[in-house]
Amino acid sequence: MPSFITKQQKVNPATVTGWGVDADPRNDPTYPYRDRAGDEERAMTWDRPSLQEPRVEVLRSIEHNRLPAVFGTSVPPRGLSGSIRRIAFGYSESDWRHWLMLLAADRINMVEGVLGDLLQGRIPNLPAEMGLRAEWKHNKTGLVRKAAVLAAASALALMLLSRRKRYRR
Amino acid sequence: MPRMEHPRDAIVRVTRSCICGSDLHLYRGLVPDTRIGTTFGHEFCGIVEEVGPGVEKLKRGDHVLVPFNIACGQCHFCKQGLFGNCHEVNPEATAVGGIYGYSHTAGGYEGGQAEYVRVPFADVSPTLIPDWMDPDDAVMLTDVVPTGYQAAEMGGIQKGDTVVVFGAGPVGIMAARCAWLFGAGRVIVIDHIHYRLEFAQRYCPAEVFDFREIEDMAVFIKKQTDSLGADVCIDAVGADAAGSALHSLFGKRLKLEAGSAIALHWAINSAKKGGIVSIVGVYGPTGNVVPIGNVLNKGITIRANQTSVKRLLPRLFEHVRAGHINPKALITHRMGLEEVPDGYHMFSAKLDGCIKPVLYPNGGR
Repeated sequence: MPSFITKQQKVNPATVTGWGVDADPRNDPTYPYRDRAGDEERAMTWDRPSLQEPRVEVLRSIEHNRLPAVFGTSVPPRGLSGSIRRIAFGYSESDWRHWLMLLAADRINMVEGVLGDLLQGRIPNLPAEMGLRAEWKHNKTGLVRKAAVLAAASALALMLLSRRKRYRR
Repeated sequence: MPRMEHPRDAIVRVTRSCICGSDLHLYRGLVPDTRIGTTFGHEFCGIVEEVGPGVEKLKRGDHVLVPFNIACGQCHFCKQGLFGNCHEVNPEATAVGGIYGYSHTAGGYEGGQAEYVRVPFADVSPTLIPDWMDPDDAVMLTDVVPTGYQAAEMGGIQKGDTVVVFGAGPVGIMAARCAWLFGAGRVIVIDHIHYRLEFAQRYCPAEVFDFREIEDMAVFIKKQTDSLGADVCIDAVGADAAGSALHSLFGKRLKLEAGSAIALHWAINSAKKGGIVSIVGVYGPTGNVVPIGNVLNKGITIRANQTSVKRLLPRLFEHVRAGHINPKALITHRMGLEEVPDGYHMFSAKLDGCIKPVLYPNGGR
């Protein structure tokens, strides 16, 4: 069975009967935000800008055939989350595994971030980081209600746990 | 201070920086490859502090507004005016352009909720703020106003059309305002946050409805439009939409969808046959459950894109100058950079009538 991938299959449009007889530039649903003026040759090649020199590890989508001219250099991949990200970039943007691994890496990165803070002796100020000051200022009742629900749920959980322990004994 | 990485970079000292509704998608973990330690913020303006040797149009001391998308101005897409889809600015994804402070899926750039920011291709998109323009208006032209305008533009609105905008956030409000500029005959805004609906009612102006009072959105819109459906529906919500317990569970909690797509679902089912659905609400890159069969059967045209801010700026400057659009009227909260966690929480929890919070790093100077 011959492979379709290796076989030369390109069709020359000029050989196709009726090619372009209904072509109409006005039949373009992307008008007006796509301006094709001066784009007769599809502009598939262009004079590339000068290229940024990578000084940190930059992961590249396998759908790119080359590194774009510029890129961000914030937070290169590192740790366990970085390893997962490197594996994720072995799959295309069209593959769910790519995105699901990145989402998983994000969650692991969160834990890494908190552990990193603790190891450096920084205790995260969660109330401040979660904007609880604003909640207190503008939604006192809601905040008190949430705190009461949380306290009640915690008390209930503790009570159930202690009962279970007593039962086991 | 950020480092210059390319001859066409500039370093900008930020004077104003908004918190955007799409920042909340990052804040809630809906955008893959959001790494701990990245600075958010893609709507900002500031003073040029330093320019690389390849920058010709800007100089130190210029006050510029910086469109949220980074663009080379030379590639296949930039040549077509698709500056939000530049191919030379994002190694991590081909489907997304380069966006400041919007995860590595958008190129891994640091954002503008900071004192200083690196601005690549500084003489392509960044634009001098005219003397007559208030910088508070200028910062709103980096994303909110052009995105609302493009939402209406992509709707292909014809004179007399009924336009339904889902979402009364800043972009939805602006889309509804701009729908009139294209000749809409009726503008309807749907949300559930009353203070925002009331604002939209006054500012746009528009007819507004709370979806919690509506049993079935498609039936409701049909009743509003002689049973045909709306000519144009605009999804100005995206991944964080409320209104469906199932979409919220699968999309926002379990992350099995790229966020909750209920606004898009309503848009498709509320549009008339042959109508247009314009999407500017941001979704993640995986997949969403939407009634695509109805798109086919009704002959709906879906148009969507990240906004091509640079392309729209000249026209929007005219609209601001003529008084057709008053961007800064959307700003409800002004705060210092150190108050950013409170700003995010207020915007996210919709406290204190928050519509648009703006940060003023460096004292706004």
